[in-house]
Amino acid sequence: MRRYAKPIVFIFCLIPLGIMIWDGFQDALGANPIEQITHRTGDWALWFLLLTLAITPLRKVFGWQFLMRLRRMLGLFVFFYVFLHFFIYLVLDQFFDVNEIIKDIIKRPYITVGFIAFLMLIPLAVTSTNKMMKRLGKRWQQLHQLVYIIGVCGVLHYLWLVKADIVEPLIYAFILLGLFVVRVFHQRKKIKKRECGLLTRP
Amino acid sequence: MLIRRPNTIKPSEITDEAVYNSRRQFIAVTAKTAVAAVVTGTMSSVLGLQNAQAALSLPNITKSKYTVEEEQTSFKDVTRYNNFYEFSTDKEGPATLAKNFKTDPWTLRIDGEVNKPATYQLEDFIKPHVLEERIYRLRCVEAWSMVIPWLGISLGDVIKRVEPTSKAKFVEFTTLHDPVQMPGQKRSVLDWPYVEGLRIDEAMHPLSILAVGLYGQVLPNQNGAPIRLVVPWKYGFKSIKSIVRIRLTEHQPKTTWALSGPGEYGFYANVNPNVDHPRWSQARERRIGDFFKRKTQMYNGYADEVAPLYAGMDLKRFY
Repeated sequence: MRRYAKPIVFIFCLIPLGIMIWDGFQDALGANPIEQITHRTGDWALWFLLLTLAITPLRKVFGWQFLMRLRRMLGLFVFFYVFLHFFIYLVLDQFFDVNEIIKDIIKRPYITVGFIAFLMLIPLAVTSTNKMMKRLGKRWQQLHQLVYIIGVCGVLHYLWLVKADIVEPLIYAFILLGLFVVRVFHQRKKIKKRECGLLTRP
Repeated sequence: MLIRRPNTIKPSEITDEAVYNSRRQFIAVTAKTAVAAVVTGTMSSVLGLQNAQAALSLPNITKSKYTVEEEQTSFKDVTRYNNFYEFSTDKEGPATLAKNFKTDPWTLRIDGEVNKPATYQLEDFIKPHVLEERIYRLRCVEAWSMVIPWLGISLGDVIKRVEPTSKAKFVEFTTLHDPVQMPGQKRSVLDWPYVEGLRIDEAMHPLSILAVGLYGQVLPNQNGAPIRLVVPWKYGFKSIKSIVRIRLTEHQPKTTWALSGPGEYGFYANVNPNVDHPRWSQARERRIGDFFKRKTQMYNGYADEVAPLYAGMDLKRFY
């Protein structure tokens, strides 16, 4: 069973894309299909990001060690959906108009943070291999802490683009905050334990 | 010139009199039903009409000179992609959530700075006016657009009928407030009821209409039934839906979106590619049905008609 966990999750992660393609052929993407696929890829990128960020807290709280083996793949799917999301914007919204894109990135805060998140995901994806992990050693951990900033950027990107109904982005903001709190809490416990250990050591 | 001689017409081509008569009768009957539907606004007959003849044209509709020659957005898209926060903030929501919305009976009050304030039943309100088909562009503040064949009456004529006083400088419109029927109003996404407004000269402009139908049919609920404003040179949110009150005022009305985000949505909200929404560009738009975006036109392409209304105004300030 353990052997199949990864391929199964891999296929599950591709299902949103599959449904999107299927809906496209079925004319089921609504009146504004471009907007629809932009929103869907954005949603899935954010959901995968929150899921990836949830792995460590879940492992610490419930002791689910097996989740660790899925973290890298989920993280790469975040990059995959963010890339699709950006690609749709690049081609279907702006049609490679570099001037317009630069103007957008500078002028529109929601695009600025979204683009920053995309840029920061690139080194994380590139350094996700075992080889790179070994090569970077301690610095790998430091580099990959960028994911917290990416999380904040992702939620802000959503929050700053909605017109009036901010319930959904706020839900994600709270989830993100919750995940941070769990991490900080566990970090503190670990430090305390270490300190206690030091004190009780003969 | 080739003139067909009578004997070259095959008997099989000649419509049988009985068939001809039944066609006439069918047209007459359906036309009457349509009149009844529009004039009385009876939902049952409206539904009957829609079920029997989905694409039936309403009779006595004057073709307006205000028509754009661009491809019309499909009926399907016009009726399934709606910003109607009273039902849902989701665009596909209103089509299903407004299905049982009751638009009959519907009363409409016109008061404020007028000599003849009145409360009308919808059918009496519409009766004295000419029903016109107007094919207009609709440009949403969210940078998408449509072309819609509306059926409506001139707002200016409606206002003239109640005789505005010299103090009437603005017109304020209010949507029905009924959270039981309009589930979106249970959430405070916006300040309910929805209020919109126009300057009196904007309201009197021949392009401003109150629509009661589209595509030759009674207005579908999700499009703002039974009566809504359509001001085609302004962003879509100005064209308030399901109106129950029109009030002429001396002072500029406090409008819903301008209250919700004063830095983002102004009272004027004229379509202007040169004045961006603070968070996104208004230079281009995606016409529903198109793959790529197109350039947005000044005043949504109605500059010849409406630009004089804003002569000398700083459009960056009065957005």
